[in-house]
Amino acid sequence: MNVKPRLMAGAEAVRRRVREGGLGPAPVLLALAAIWVVFQCLNERFLSPRNLSVLSVDIVGTGMVAVGIVFVLLIGEIDLSVGALAGLAGAIFAALNVEVGMAEWLAVILAVICGTAIGALHGFLFATFHVPAFVVTLAGLLAWSGLMILLLGPDSTIHFSEDGLVAALTSRHYSAPGFTYGLAALCTAVHLLVSLRDRGRRAAAGMPCRAVSGIWARTALLAVVAFSTVAVLDRFEGLPLALLIFLGVLVASDLLLRRTRYGRQVLALGGGVEAARRAGVDVTLVRVSVFMVAGTLAAFGGLFVASRFTSASQVSGTGMLLINAVAPPSSAAPACSAGVVRPGPRCSGCSSSSRSPRAWRCWASRPPSSS
Amino acid sequence: MPGQPLLALRGVSKRFAAVQALVDIELEVRAGEVVALVGDNAAGKSTLVKVISGVGPPDKGVIEWQGSAVQIRRPQDASGLGIATVYQDLAMCENLDIVANLFLGREIHRFGVLDEVEMERRTRELLHTLSIRIPDVRVPLASLSGGQRQVVAITRSFLGSPRLLLLDEPTASLGIQQTNQLLDLIEELRDQGLGVLLISHNMSDIKAVADRVAVLRLGRNNGLFDVNTTSQEQIISSITGASDHAVAHRPSPEEMWP
Repeated sequence: MNVKPRLMAGAEAVRRRVREGGLGPAPVLLALAAIWVVFQCLNERFLSPRNLSVLSVDIVGTGMVAVGIVFVLLIGEIDLSVGALAGLAGAIFAALNVEVGMAEWLAVILAVICGTAIGALHGFLFATFHVPAFVVTLAGLLAWSGLMILLLGPDSTIHFSEDGLVAALTSRHYSAPGFTYGLAALCTAVHLLVSLRDRGRRAAAGMPCRAVSGIWARTALLAVVAFSTVAVLDRFEGLPLALLIFLGVLVASDLLLRRTRYGRQVLALGGGVEAARRAGVDVTLVRVSVFMVAGTLAAFGGLFVASRFTSASQVSGTGMLLINAVAPPSSAAPACSAGVVRPGPRCSGCSSSSRSPRAWRCWASRPPSSS
Repeated sequence: MPGQPLLALRGVSKRFAAVQALVDIELEVRAGEVVALVGDNAAGKSTLVKVISGVGPPDKGVIEWQGSAVQIRRPQDASGLGIATVYQDLAMCENLDIVANLFLGREIHRFGVLDEVEMERRTRELLHTLSIRIPDVRVPLASLSGGQRQVVAITRSFLGSPRLLLLDEPTASLGIQQTNQLLDLIEELRDQGLGVLLISHNMSDIKAVADRVAVLRLGRNNGLFDVNTTSQEQIISSITGASDHAVAHRPSPEEMWP
């Protein structure tokens, strides 16, 4: 009998959220659906397992860079050098591995450390000498592109082994059903347990908490997404290692930003530098650290880009990578500055673990209440 | 009042480039006492608050805490001593929710992982004890009204069980009822033995709760009055400078030799 009033109330709530712009990731998901429909109409193979699998690997390089730049955007700054850093990391790896003959794992570590160090340098110049981040990282873009060209030598391309560690980053796929479906089940189970535990603690403290039925509904939705992703990817080559690493980085960054003291300090800096300073946040340190995160993830992303071509070339460090990496988080940035990004207890740890590959677009704008 | 002052400033000076914001300020706040700090605009009140709270350390002078000289170079130093501050501009993060703002800089955590449930529980508890009604403690601060933000800022200062409270224009955007509540609260805290330094333009607030009034004028001490024995006119003339005496007017060496 009371279904109708509840439906009415639900519809009213949706209308209110549309008016106030509190829709969370819904518009992004709608846009994604529209893109998929359009491209599927243009080419019937767009949504084929093969294409989706290839896309899910292709986005990882750019995605890593984008996750890194979100940290910088959250404190209200910009890092224009991430594209160049990604290219430089690929070049450093290739030069050390092929021309110097260093072991692959060591070359990878050195390339990533270079990214971290360069990010630290940018952050230091910005935070200590108050040079605008725009200027520092624009100069960085030019300088590190130059260094990359120097490292790549006269051929401007260095090919490395197709069977090595870095090549495996994007070529390895896992198809054992026990592993892939097991992973999906594990993510779902962890999400459920974390949600229930959180709810239990809140209920025990006498605070308002989400209904158990809602938790189950969310878990069911997550399970559908996770298992269908695995099922689709399984019909081609299986679950790509690159996608797994990317989702791992995504979840780790999400937890870092929402659930830790460090993340809280980053968000506070974005909300008001002076307020953060007076609350005892070490502004210089946090500023340097976000540029270090951006540099590290840019270098890491650069290795994925290089891995895709099993070579380092000037192509991998062009401005397109920067544009591609900056665009998604920047389009979400107005939402950040409007206060949509905020920490909250209601977001559960693992909710992002099995989002569709492109869902990181909505990552920065996702309010915790809808996670 | 007997005993050592909780906080004492001795000859504190601070300058910003060419502007001498504070000159040889002397100030004492005892435990269980409300000292009102008054002065016209640009008298240096907010600068003095920043000196005590560690945001803008002094160039010269000594800060004594319970009789011994201390260094307050950072906000953490002040909160470590037990000094809590409500700034005039509130200094809160608009994008964070109420819980996050209250606990900013002193989050409850286990190995760096925030304990949101415990923080929210304490927030609700604190708001309840202060009989403050805010419907949702998880909305971003940007969506609160000016008065509500002020209330949150004041609530934040109570969080670490402070010994000394610095309130910079705390009643500026409060309604009549909220102002009365706050004044009651200040009296209650004084009776519990806290020291309160209250900055206000509102003479009736000062008359209501303050024990002593310290007047600043153009960055200098310009009189210390007992509220009960001083008329409002005397205090006001001291603020505006109508009763300037020769000592306060004598130029300092800095002014003579810029």
